Amino acid sequence: MNHLDALEAQSVYILREAYNKFDRMGILWSLGKDSNVMLWLARKAFFGHVPFPTLFCDTGKKFPEMYAFQKRYKDEWGINLIVRDCPPIEEIDPTLPPAARSAARKTEGLKRIIAELDMQAVVAGIRRDEQATRAKERVFSPRGENAEWDFRDQPPEFWDQFKTDFAPGTHIRVHPLLHWTELDIWLYIQRERIPVVDLYFAKDGKRYRSLGDVDITFPVDSDADTVEKIIAELRETKVAERSGRAMDHEAEDAFERLRSAGYM
Amino acid sequence: MTATPITDLAPMKLVIVGHVDHGKSTLIGRMLHDTGSLPEGKAEAVKAMSDRRGMPMEWAFVLDALQAERDQGITIDTTQIFFKTPVRPYVIIDAPGHKEFLKNMVSGAASADAAILVVDAKEGVQEQTRRHGYILHLLGLDQVVVAVNKMDLVDHDQARFEQVAGEVRDYLAGMGITPSAILPVSARHGDGLASKSANMPWFDGPTMIEALDAQDQKPLPVELPLRFPIQDVYKFDERRILAGRIESGKLNVGDTLLFSPSNATAQVQSIEAWSVDGPVLSASAGQSIGITLNDQLFVERGFVASHQVDPPIQTNVFSARIFWLGRAPLEVGRRYKLKLSTLEHPVEVQAIERVIDVADLSERPADRIERNEVGEVVLRARAQLSLDEFTANPRLGRFVLIDGYDMAGGGLISMDGFHDLRRSNTPTSQNITAVETRVTTDARWAANGHRSGVLWLTGLSGAGKSTLALELEQALFRKGWQVYVLDGDNIRFGLSADLGFAPKDREENIRRVGEVAALFARAGVLVITAFISPYRSDRDRARAVAPDLFHEVHVNAGLEICEERDPKGLYKKARRGEIPEFTGISAPYEAPENPEVEVDTGTQTLSQSVEQLLRYVEANFGGKGS
Repeated sequence: MNHLDALEAQSVYILREAYNKFDRMGILWSLGKDSNVMLWLARKAFFGHVPFPTLFCDTGKKFPEMYAFQKRYKDEWGINLIVRDCPPIEEIDPTLPPAARSAARKTEGLKRIIAELDMQAVVAGIRRDEQATRAKERVFSPRGENAEWDFRDQPPEFWDQFKTDFAPGTHIRVHPLLHWTELDIWLYIQRERIPVVDLYFAKDGKRYRSLGDVDITFPVDSDADTVEKIIAELRETKVAERSGRAMDHEAEDAFERLRSAGYM
Repeated sequence: MTATPITDLAPMKLVIVGHVDHGKSTLIGRMLHDTGSLPEGKAEAVKAMSDRRGMPMEWAFVLDALQAERDQGITIDTTQIFFKTPVRPYVIIDAPGHKEFLKNMVSGAASADAAILVVDAKEGVQEQTRRHGYILHLLGLDQVVVAVNKMDLVDHDQARFEQVAGEVRDYLAGMGITPSAILPVSARHGDGLASKSANMPWFDGPTMIEALDAQDQKPLPVELPLRFPIQDVYKFDERRILAGRIESGKLNVGDTLLFSPSNATAQVQSIEAWSVDGPVLSASAGQSIGITLNDQLFVERGFVASHQVDPPIQTNVFSARIFWLGRAPLEVGRRYKLKLSTLEHPVEVQAIERVIDVADLSERPADRIERNEVGEVVLRARAQLSLDEFTANPRLGRFVLIDGYDMAGGGLISMDGFHDLRRSNTPTSQNITAVETRVTTDARWAANGHRSGVLWLTGLSGAGKSTLALELEQALFRKGWQVYVLDGDNIRFGLSADLGFAPKDREENIRRVGEVAALFARAGVLVITAFISPYRSDRDRARAVAPDLFHEVHVNAGLEICEERDPKGLYKKARRGEIPEFTGISAPYEAPENPEVEVDTGTQTLSQSVEQLLRYVEANFGGKGS
């Protein structure tokens, strides 16, 4: 069993645990590389099926290429897609720095979808290597009534025994990609030939390493215009993956505040 | 074929443990820097953070990404950090040093391949050095590199290093751990991490990185017997797929699988997979798979598939070494939900054998295990669980306990002193199929947690049979036993209401008691009968009804003593000739020749006699060995 096989087996195990434990669950599809890999893994876990709805909070500000990708693959992958618009910026905490406030629309939108569909759990494709606060996460991460994350008092999690017993009103985030790295994701995309949005591939010396809203996501310098070249680039790079995501960098604690409030 | 780049290999998982403030986070921050693994700008960011707080370069800030952490100066939670050496990539799990955060340390250390135990050169071995060392041992983590840190604070003194190294070595040796290396380092200055220290020329051992690169990655348990716990059963389409992860061993299409606890068997018809090239014909430990069977057996989550050779143990009682994380202490009689692989089942704490003091490894008896303590307990379930001893197969030899909604502890299974009940359960007939659901006496024993039988008390009137029977019944009932007393009071008024006291009637009465006692025993109950039953032939007939379950107990007090006690005044009446054929006076008592137990109620106190019978019952009917 090689490294990618082991990662895949672990993610499949996590997805199956979640599906066994939650009657009402959904999987987030941000249209980025990680959530594509996650949907692919769900189809591995459930033998070609995705037996729960796929959720998308539309900020209305994604790249056109992303909307086109969604349109094509929701049918091709047989996905039950549920789309809801995120609330307007005016309804979001004005004390957050501008980009973080913009990103927080997604948190609020997600909370509303969860409430509307009475979801016990949502599956999110975050990874520990992306960002320091995400490194602190559990695979099954309980949230309070208001989706907030108490990173100071997380449940123990070991021997693949996840927290599956909850007080009523608790909501769970399930993180099947937590143990993957950015390089793992691309190696797996290469091996499995998983389609991704073209924006990841370099044009005119620039490419996107991480995709979000048009106005708060910026490309990085790169000539990597194929999956193979991206992999070669990642083996060498020392630039952080989310360096092109504005809301991470506005203040030392901006991303932490977002996540404590329920951001992915 | 080109070699796989280092970056693409599975990282070795490292856990860093040790007493608070002994420099774990600093060691990590500095190792990341010295191996060139820090993202661009991170060193500068750490410098800026340190400057802002008026501190010298604080490498611990590399990890302390959260605002709350920096303010407290304590690493709160398990963090995962990646770095690589020329040999392989690593992922570091930074375990916290603060005492109450054991759960985070366990969360990190449970999945690690190797550990670095950090000890302050000045302070030496402290409470959490011991505690963390012990937890490593409990989790089966035996690859340990010890970093004697802050050597700069003891002037790089070799003698002090040797002293601390000796202390650590002695403590670890007490648990059977031999550290792979004990290294003098000064993490803040990078001394002894990626390069040899100019300040400690007297040390000719490896650097930290060299010592880590020399560790072995834990292999998957492919060579152990097959354990395939069922995680779920899917019917998304025409296929009925049993999904799960192979925890150990391997399976092939065509293999006959034995499912525990039903003991039904079927063959693997296919190994299902989506988006792979060609059919899958075999699978092994670590793989999450799905299979179909050639026979539609009843199988559900929590069942364990194995081969027919080397199946898991089946038992409803076992002992375990427990580390307790719960807010409420673990106590005898409390019930918890056990989660073992995909199996979930309620268990009750039958006994706490001892609590282990991790500071000096001493043991003491206790009636509770408090948060952050380690102890040995006996757990009992209402049904048979499929499991392994931890030393034989860690994957099915470990479990967690849930108290309410919370994971309150973890444990490692030992069957020392307990039977594998499988032998008595496995049907020997090849014709028995899954649809046959006869409830066997064995199954009842398993559910009750003890074996059943007949304790046939015989003895003179006044010897104390009834009193002893009722006391024993009460004591066993309190321990959760299925137990019932048959005596003159509940037999004569109903079942034998038609009988008098003529010799023929007495004989018939005893015959009925023998039959009823055997039925109770077959139903899983431990029956205690209390009848004079003076004739050997009557008792032998009662034995013949259920010879495998019959235990004769001679409740023996001499005639003089019984006559002197004469609680019901019967001896006096008999002496006066008012009761014909009174045993011992006007009719014989044929004492047992080879009773299973002889209780001398003439000289023993009642409690001594009850105690004697309790020990006999525990030894012969209990879950523990006979």
